[in-house]
Amino acid sequence: MEKETIYLDNAASTRMDERVLEAMKPYFFDIYAVATSEFGYSLGIEAREALDNARAKILSVLGNPTGRLIFTSGSTESSNIAIKGVVKKLSGKKGKHIIVSKIEDFPVLNSAKSLEREGFKVTYLNTDKYGLIDLDKLNEVIDEETILISIQHANQEIGTIQDIKAIAETCSKHNVIFHTDATHSFMRVPINLSELGIDLLTVSAHTIHGPKGIGALYVKEGVPLAKWIDGGFQEFDLRAGVENIPGAVGFAKAVELVTEEENEQLKNLRDYLIGKIQNEISDTVLNGHPEKRIPHNANITFHYVEGESITLHLDMRGFAVSTGSACFSKSLEASHVILGIGGNHERAHGSVRFSFGRFNKRDDVDKIVEALKDIVKQLRVISPLKGGKAR
Amino acid sequence: MKFPYNEKVLEHFRNPRNVGSIENPDGKSTEGSPACGDMVSVYIKVDDKTKKLKDIKFESYGCASNIATGSIITELAKGKTLEEAKKIDWKEASDALGGLPKIKTHCSVLAVDGLRAAIQNYEEKHGLVKEKNPTTKEIVLKRLKHVMNPLAGLDLVRTNLIDNIKIENGTVEVMVSLPGDHQFANNIGEEIVEKLGSLWDVDRVVVKFTA
Repeated sequence: MEKETIYLDNAASTRMDERVLEAMKPYFFDIYAVATSEFGYSLGIEAREALDNARAKILSVLGNPTGRLIFTSGSTESSNIAIKGVVKKLSGKKGKHIIVSKIEDFPVLNSAKSLEREGFKVTYLNTDKYGLIDLDKLNEVIDEETILISIQHANQEIGTIQDIKAIAETCSKHNVIFHTDATHSFMRVPINLSELGIDLLTVSAHTIHGPKGIGALYVKEGVPLAKWIDGGFQEFDLRAGVENIPGAVGFAKAVELVTEEENEQLKNLRDYLIGKIQNEISDTVLNGHPEKRIPHNANITFHYVEGESITLHLDMRGFAVSTGSACFSKSLEASHVILGIGGNHERAHGSVRFSFGRFNKRDDVDKIVEALKDIVKQLRVISPLKGGKAR
Repeated sequence: MKFPYNEKVLEHFRNPRNVGSIENPDGKSTEGSPACGDMVSVYIKVDDKTKKLKDIKFESYGCASNIATGSIITELAKGKTLEEAKKIDWKEASDALGGLPKIKTHCSVLAVDGLRAAIQNYEEKHGLVKEKNPTTKEIVLKRLKHVMNPLAGLDLVRTNLIDNIKIENGTVEVMVSLPGDHQFANNIGEEIVEKLGSLWDVDRVVVKFTA
């Protein structure tokens, strides 16, 4: 039997919880009908109720805001609908300017780039060295042409949490629609939509031990949004297609299973890891904000060594993590997040992201730090960079 | 378990051969830079009579294919004559490793370039360059293509940072359009001197920051 992997890449995706599967099963084998109207047949009515309950459950953890929750195939689709849907609905009448931060995840960043190619003006907002945007700067770049601002709640790589309350207030003051990608903060950091002036919010199930292939977009009442997929009238006539009811039920179950204690435990694991690495391995830097970060993320640069070499060594010893090194990515481009927060290529090159989940134990931290000490030492021996400069 | 490389590559990655530096090497080179991603240094000792590589060592700041290629080329080159060693190319290194992913060509080519540059460094230092053509702007530019602009992750030539080049009586003057107090000015200056200083007809390299 293969050795069990110690998985510390929960920001990428998580292992599904068995209880989620149990909750989903009846909707594959017993209540497999499509969600019918309330005048449909009983199996379809039961399916519709399951879908409605799932929707209500997710809205309840978001503070029961007045607005709609549209189920999607995941956060990539949610962010695409949010950004392109608003722009399409407004059809250039109100203006053609969009603002996003430089360190957004690809769904937002590339949606903005795609609109830029279509003639929209896009401002890519800089952040400080922790990944936080500057509110004054945001105020400055908003003009009469600005129709949409999309700034993430928490960063996918370095875990920095933005002050979305203040950002939402700024947007509302200027009467600009605000979308936030909360994929990496949802259920890990409280989000109360009835208190926050957020117009559109992207969430996903697979990052909280739910199934892959299901996400959602919250849309506040009155926010203009064009129909995304043509077909039937499903999802408030915004996204046609047979609803993914098992997915929605699984998503709601995953939401139900996250507890405050769990988040506290994740934070403890994260802090234990950061402290241990800082104490036991020299020449490391924590990327992201020291306090304003999601509880399950640590991102650390190991100087003088390259990230793919670290992750491959770790992989061979049974650990899964990811790196911002160009060598690791499909595009062979270094992390735009580390470069975006003003880090140089070297900092991105040696950066490793550790992200925790429900099934991690304290022992996992002990084991990975032991392995890292050995691996980093070995790679530094063969590195021509020592003490920061080439000999 | 499924790894992104074959067993042979992984084996060289795990236990790279001929790692380290050589004190007072007969030839040495550094290709790439921390900014562009991978970086490799190659050190050689050459038997003056037989012109064979007595010893070769390498250091790598790079990904698995960079490390594995560095390792295999030192094995392939050791004991060969300089002429034979110069002929080792990426294909040969990749074949010897049982194949490298195409997308990783760039990282592994760097190690091959490192070996060639170390041999060239030896030949230049020992007056063995056969074609003693006078150094021209083209030759200087070709070498400056190996000096990285850390901020862009690309070389000085491709990022249009070379303002002007003057060659006169063995002195090469390179004008770089960066401010003198630029955070990488010193590194870039040192690298330019290193890359041009070994040319057979160059006595002095002057780097001026003109922005």
